[in-house]
Amino acid sequence: MIDVRDLTKTYHVGEVDVHALRGVNLSVARGEFLSVVGPSGSGKSTLFHILGGLTPPTSGSVRIDGRDLFGMTDAERTNLRKTTVGFIFQKYNLLPTLTAEENIAIARDIAGKKPDNDPQFEEILDLLGIRARMHHKPRALSGGEQQRVAIARAIVNRPAILLADEPTGNLDTENSNAVLGILRDLNDRLGQTILMITHNPEAAAYSHRMVAMRDGRIVS
Amino acid sequence: MRTLLSAIAIGVQVTMILTLVGVSEGMLGDVAQRSRGTGADVVIQPPNSTIIGFSGNMPEKIVSVVREQPHVAMATGVLVQPIGTVNTITGIHLDEFNAMSGGFTYLRGGPFKMPDEIIVDEVFARSRHIGVGSSINEGGQWRVAGVVVPGKLSRTFVDIQSLQERYSNTGFITAIYVKVDNPANIPAVIEELEQKLPTYKIHSMEELISLTSADNIPLLKQFTRVVIGLGVVIGFLVVFLSMYTAVLERTREIGILKALGASPGYILGILLRETVLLSITGSIAGILMTYGTRALMQVFVPTMTTSIVYAWWPYAALIALVGSLIGAIYPGLKAARQDAIEALAYD
Repeated sequence: MIDVRDLTKTYHVGEVDVHALRGVNLSVARGEFLSVVGPSGSGKSTLFHILGGLTPPTSGSVRIDGRDLFGMTDAERTNLRKTTVGFIFQKYNLLPTLTAEENIAIARDIAGKKPDNDPQFEEILDLLGIRARMHHKPRALSGGEQQRVAIARAIVNRPAILLADEPTGNLDTENSNAVLGILRDLNDRLGQTILMITHNPEAAAYSHRMVAMRDGRIVS
Repeated sequence: MRTLLSAIAIGVQVTMILTLVGVSEGMLGDVAQRSRGTGADVVIQPPNSTIIGFSGNMPEKIVSVVREQPHVAMATGVLVQPIGTVNTITGIHLDEFNAMSGGFTYLRGGPFKMPDEIIVDEVFARSRHIGVGSSINEGGQWRVAGVVVPGKLSRTFVDIQSLQERYSNTGFITAIYVKVDNPANIPAVIEELEQKLPTYKIHSMEELISLTSADNIPLLKQFTRVVIGLGVVIGFLVVFLSMYTAVLERTREIGILKALGASPGYILGILLRETVLLSITGSIAGILMTYGTRALMQVFVPTMTTSIVYAWWPYAALIALVGSLIGAIYPGLKAARQDAIEALAYD
């Protein structure tokens, strides 16, 4: 599903080159739930940004679902985000002026799909436990509810991979466990491939496998 | 609040255009209506006159020549005397003018009898807060003898002989109004008069009224264009600032949309749709405000007749839309080109 070879990413900050990734190699199988752990500045987020098509790699090979991200144009990476990757963020990143339902609907609209009554997605709404909160705006939802809406939005277009960047970083223990349980459920029931960045070893324990990063490399 | 203020600003722009057009159409319409009120079928003006402005003068004895023409039922000369900068006072032969126009309807007082007496219409009386017996200074002192229903040639009438003497214009008039025995004979009368008075401007009343349009007044046409240009600039600036601020405020939201796979075109489309909505709201507000400005003008400057020109509503809205869309282009492109990672990191 994901095959990363000798991936590097260098940012130019003024006249200084910052080597965020220094040759990352990683393989993730379809249906796998992988945690990426590591201290701040280790390159976890950069790896996610490249896998999610938010920024291009400097060198190396990145294949997702058979498509090589290296050399992709902006438009091709936009298309990748639309069709292949779903994001879950630490700060939920819901659009504040839209209701929960509209936040999910806009993801479908961007993908060029009409809102539908997909029975499987209806089941997911039940699984996430947010059906009764769909007409509320984010400010009327708790952190846990907002993150569940964000998960629903991330998977509404059936992405090949789900990238979760510290999904429980802003949640209390009870809501963290609920969200992690949901991710695990999605993985178990739907075979959703999930990559999750976390600082929390307890959160990492929900995944099938864990890799650690340090100084732009995978160290274990 | 920002959106509301932007809509109001666009509304002011639309009101500005519609009020200008309304005033020009209203005043010209009023002139046309008052021209019809004379009851004349043909108007003769001196060679050096402008069609709408009633300038220049001609010998009064020409009236006798006109009266002798076949099918001419009656003819009367008037003197339109400029006073001050833009005002005029109209000298008439009261009996002849009454015979042609059907006569004045007096709301208060009666016809002038003395050389220093004046008849004014209701609009003029209201704008000056005057009544019968009031003394007014219109190129000299006049005493109001009567207040009449508006709609006949002018707003102020005095005895023509008195006016000619006061301005050393004895024996001269500005125009001759001609009544034809049968409307079917108007072309024949005009043709005859053109042969007798080859250099004079001779028009049927309907032709003269059709020439009374903003398009035939060069300065007004240019002024309207300037106001339209200003309207586009105002729309551009308002929407530019509004959308630029909106894009800055929504940097993070734009980042979220990009992370969801929104293309630059999708983001640009959202902003342009918002701009169109803003422009439509502003245009509706502007149209409604036009009724307000008309009501205010009726109170404070009743002599400036203002019309609601429905035909200009789509043009004013289109002008607002064009200015707004131009204003939305740069902020829209800035949003569309926003870097997703930087935008997501924005707080």
